[in-house]
Amino acid sequence: MRSLWPDLEPLLDQVQRPARYIGGEEGAVAAAHGPGKVAWLLCYPDSYEVGLPNQGLQILYEILNERGDATAERAYAPWGDLEALMRRQGLPLFSVDTHLAAGEFDILAFNLSSELVYTNVLNLIDLAGVAVRSADRSGDDLLVGAGGHCAFNPEPLADFVDFFVLGDGEEVVGEITEAVVAHRAGGRREVLGALAGVDGVYVPAAYRVSYCGSSTVVTPRWVEAPDVVEKRTIPSLGDWPYPKRQLVPLTEVVHDRLNVEVFRGCTRGCRFCQAGMITRPVRERPAEQVRTMVSEGLRRTGYDEVALTSLSTADFSGIEQLVADVVGPEDGAGGAGCPAVTVSLPSLRVDAFTVGIAAELQRARRTGLTFAPEAGSWRLRQVINKLISAEDLDAAVEGAFSQGWRRVKLYFLVGLPTETDEDVLGIAALARRCVELGRRHVRGASVTVSVGGFVPKPQTPFQWFGQNTVEELRRKIALLADDLRADRSVRLKWHDPEATLVEGLASRGDRRLGAVIEDVWRSGGTFQEWSEHFDYRLWLDAMERHGLSVEDCAYRHRSDSEALPWDHLSAGLHKDFLWQDWQDALAESGLEDCRWTPCYDCGACTGYGIEHVVASATPPAGGSQGTGQDLLRPGPVPVRLLETRQPAGVS
Amino acid sequence: MRVRLRWSKQGKIRFCGHRDAARIWERAVRRAGLPVAYSQGFSPRPRISFGLALATGQESVAEYLDVDLRASGEELYDWAAGMPERLSAVLPDGMTVHDACPLRPGAVSLQEAVTSCTWEFALTKTDTALAAAWVEQVRSADSLPLQRERKGRTTTSDVRSAVGDLHILDASDRSVLVAELGTKPRAVRPAEFLHLIAPPLAAGCVRRLHQWITRDGERYEPLAPEAGALAPGGDVLAAASIDAVPAAQQEVCA
Repeated sequence: MRSLWPDLEPLLDQVQRPARYIGGEEGAVAAAHGPGKVAWLLCYPDSYEVGLPNQGLQILYEILNERGDATAERAYAPWGDLEALMRRQGLPLFSVDTHLAAGEFDILAFNLSSELVYTNVLNLIDLAGVAVRSADRSGDDLLVGAGGHCAFNPEPLADFVDFFVLGDGEEVVGEITEAVVAHRAGGRREVLGALAGVDGVYVPAAYRVSYCGSSTVVTPRWVEAPDVVEKRTIPSLGDWPYPKRQLVPLTEVVHDRLNVEVFRGCTRGCRFCQAGMITRPVRERPAEQVRTMVSEGLRRTGYDEVALTSLSTADFSGIEQLVADVVGPEDGAGGAGCPAVTVSLPSLRVDAFTVGIAAELQRARRTGLTFAPEAGSWRLRQVINKLISAEDLDAAVEGAFSQGWRRVKLYFLVGLPTETDEDVLGIAALARRCVELGRRHVRGASVTVSVGGFVPKPQTPFQWFGQNTVEELRRKIALLADDLRADRSVRLKWHDPEATLVEGLASRGDRRLGAVIEDVWRSGGTFQEWSEHFDYRLWLDAMERHGLSVEDCAYRHRSDSEALPWDHLSAGLHKDFLWQDWQDALAESGLEDCRWTPCYDCGACTGYGIEHVVASATPPAGGSQGTGQDLLRPGPVPVRLLETRQPAGVS
Repeated sequence: MRVRLRWSKQGKIRFCGHRDAARIWERAVRRAGLPVAYSQGFSPRPRISFGLALATGQESVAEYLDVDLRASGEELYDWAAGMPERLSAVLPDGMTVHDACPLRPGAVSLQEAVTSCTWEFALTKTDTALAAAWVEQVRSADSLPLQRERKGRTTTSDVRSAVGDLHILDASDRSVLVAELGTKPRAVRPAEFLHLIAPPLAAGCVRRLHQWITRDGERYEPLAPEAGALAPGGDVLAAASIDAVPAAQQEVCA
């Protein structure tokens, strides 16, 4: 095995931001390759700046390197300038750890967190020096794997990726490693067969696809393959205190701070939110472990900022105490004069309680606070099950401005099911209301409204919904822009509706979309999630060349009776639960958070024999927490309480 | 009280830019547990002043920075003495602290004080004779016009006086050019220097060997007593030089 560094080094004088290719981060592992070991190349299919902070890959990197039978290194998509030089000189994709060629590894594994990276995945497989299509790979060629949220409908990439992992990766990467060790002597087909038999692993080659009317039916053709692949779920986050050694990059990246995951899963039940649907149930990390991970992490990395991550961190049991402990005294850990640690909570809930926590976090600098009401009217918020009442929102916004924040940012989706122009204009009214509330407390109070186009996602109640057309999204955004034109205090930002459509195509596409992705990649369409590189024309042309219609793939409403391209893959949610939730949505009926109310049997707990893991069976302060829930209804609560430590002296 | 450090940046880490290095330093002083002073304001930062920026891709065995500690007297000397080891342990591979010394209050800042730097250029694709001729041309030139662009305007200035001593060290398979380039009023950059005479010389690795402060006809380095360094051991620190860098670290830039 030879390091490509001597070949790479002269190129780095000619490219932008060469530090992203050198490795050497604090926390990087000196990879120990060996003949018996399975070598994983964990790859984030976007630039280093976006990919390095990915916690999923960092967790697997550590877990694999702790095993005796595996070794793991990392790779990221080289930026266009370096890629051009690499291709000219015949240099393949390399690991940043020891600069080994991708071909020296056994498995090239991708994290898929966005559909728009799919063309990058193909590009990186090609840059790794193997055939792009799985069927054209043979013998000892790299095994190409992928996991992450997009794996819950992997069909558009099914022709290019040898195996997908559904759900939490912590346990299954070990099982995959063992299957490869046990079967590699038997050849590629035997290895893939063994992988198809691992719980949570989907091997597309092991299935046959038939198209019947609007239905897509995927059925096993190998005996090893189950009819339905069920996702993997780790029952307890406390058993997996990873990353233990978060990577500290040598150059600036996004989310450049310590990140500690405080819980996984969310049962708020927002119907548009794929993450909340596919990561159930809620599994809290014990508060004591969070505190240890924060204090050790800060000491080890030298960061002065930590993010407590989850899908809704204010829901963590005892969040107030945790935040107080983490922020520490006014004079930080270093003593007098040393500033306190900055704590950030991504994904804030919208209510006064949350603002109180935010005030605790940002004692000094209060510039901007972000909330996500998602929809402009109470009616539509019931449809999407984001049950924030107007009072909650007022209290949150007024709380923010009265405590010194000067700018509030609001996130919304347009193109939601049942949305009317009135709902869209409700966004403008809401923004104006916020400015009005702000002016009572702050001169020059301003509100930024950020609008994204809604993309229906697989494994959610909205998977049957026909996405709004590009024209319709444009019209709604124009309506909003027009209405807000005179308001100098409201700033409107929106996401490109064309990119929204392409995301929608890839999100619910079937295996036939693979040809389109390959076509776009071959036409030079990489880094499609970067607006300066996104090329709508390439996608439309490729769709036409392959006889696929945008109408059919994205715009039409799907019916109860049709088989969906991902029906053979399960996030634990019963299809009839999802359908019922879809019907409830259309009936404008909300659904409670099952963490604190009786189980409605979505399937995620009951199907896998697991439960919520939370430290408190009662919701934290804030009453209904802005959900409008009636929490007084009796019934068994499916909660496994975390063990609380006995006070000293009590046996 | 202020402490001045000399540190080196060699190997892969040379691809980290000046801003990246600054962030690495901020984390390093926290990790090393130094009683560093913080700036005032909404987002307090450790008070570190960097000297002349090193371009991305260049190596150096003569980087300097000043860091303010919340310590004085004997305590300050103790902290300073421990800094090379403490900081080197938490800095990434390729970044090493070699010397640390408290500064006399009121010592001139690095940015202001340094008047020239000695650079080493590993010449590529150049036979020794060609390089020797190039050097001779520079040496004998009466004027060395340098065209520079700033804010869209091109200006030409004669930098002859900024180009100091230069010579070629012959190694077995390649040659190394060593040159002292002035930094006042505006620094002559290594890349600009190689283009002073056409055809330009092509260099592989560029490494900063020394930073010099010339005042009243005397030349010394930033950790010399004349620059404000308060060394209990006196001349030990003043003698800080490239020889202090272990050989293993010198051969990183092939």
